[in-house]
Amino acid sequence: MRRCPKIAYSILCSLLTTAVHADPAQMMLDGYRNEAKAASSAFTDFSAERGRGFFAKMHPSKTGEISCATCHSSDPRKVGRTRANKDIEPLAPSVNAKRFTDQAKVEKWFTRNCDDVLGRLCTPAEKGDFIVYMLSLK
Amino acid sequence: MNTFKPMRIVILIFAVGATCFALADDDDEHESNSRGKADRRIIAAVFDPTYKAECATCHMLYPPGLLPSRSWKNMMDGLKDHFGENATVDTATKQHLTEFLTSNAADRSTLRRSQRISGSISASDSPLRFTETQYFKRQHHEIGAKVWQRKSIGSMANCAACHARAESGIFSEDEVRIPR
Repeated sequence: MRRCPKIAYSILCSLLTTAVHADPAQMMLDGYRNEAKAASSAFTDFSAERGRGFFAKMHPSKTGEISCATCHSSDPRKVGRTRANKDIEPLAPSVNAKRFTDQAKVEKWFTRNCDDVLGRLCTPAEKGDFIVYMLSLK
Repeated sequence: MNTFKPMRIVILIFAVGATCFALADDDDEHESNSRGKADRRIIAAVFDPTYKAECATCHMLYPPGLLPSRSWKNMMDGLKDHFGENATVDTATKQHLTEFLTSNAADRSTLRRSQRISGSISASDSPLRFTETQYFKRQHHEIGAKVWQRKSIGSMANCAACHARAESGIFSEDEVRIPR
């Protein structure tokens, strides 16, 4: 009987730990942070401000001058629109809770869209800045 | 034998009537509805959740019966530059989508409209845009350039602007509503 509270404690603790680590956006950021650190010793941490600049920066592309904002709208809390007239659900998790919950989906779209907008893959630092910026929007 | 004669006449009349009916209905420009609701679903309405998730996020859900299988094959092999955008998918998804699209393509369809689309494309040609087929051009010859440019339409690729049930394969002329 005396051991019961101990077991209950450990279960509770492991549940809490799992809950903290199960936040998919934070898990994604942890991964990108490790990659960014490995890529450059100068990297300290992500910045929402850099993410904001990255999101708005115009680049020459196959389809003219574009930025992330061209399709996602300049306010990521708003609905965007694809070139083929389909709505794009908002990127900011504050208005669209499904965002940054599925690593495979996030990676797929970074791969496609970074190639379209930048003509190359995004770096782990850029991906992290981008996500941190989205999470900062209330 | 004589007793069968009236029966033969009835059959003959019926056969002639059915032929005329079929010929009259053959005019795509003025589709007859008398054959019932099912026939208005002119392009096969096939559904695949992967197709919807992977392709219809960016654009309309195009019924596979709008293009021949060789076009879909080329489309899936060129996703790296899909009308100017990177639309690549992983290998398993690509395989699944290629199978779905080619097996439901215009040249594999038993439906008349798909067969006509397929027939309007020369065997050496594999268009990536349905709007470049002779069939599409013939059906839309009366739509002026100004209409296509309307903001409510956007481009020729936006079938659903005028054909509300395009994603279900319904392009019946009486359902066409051209937005202002």
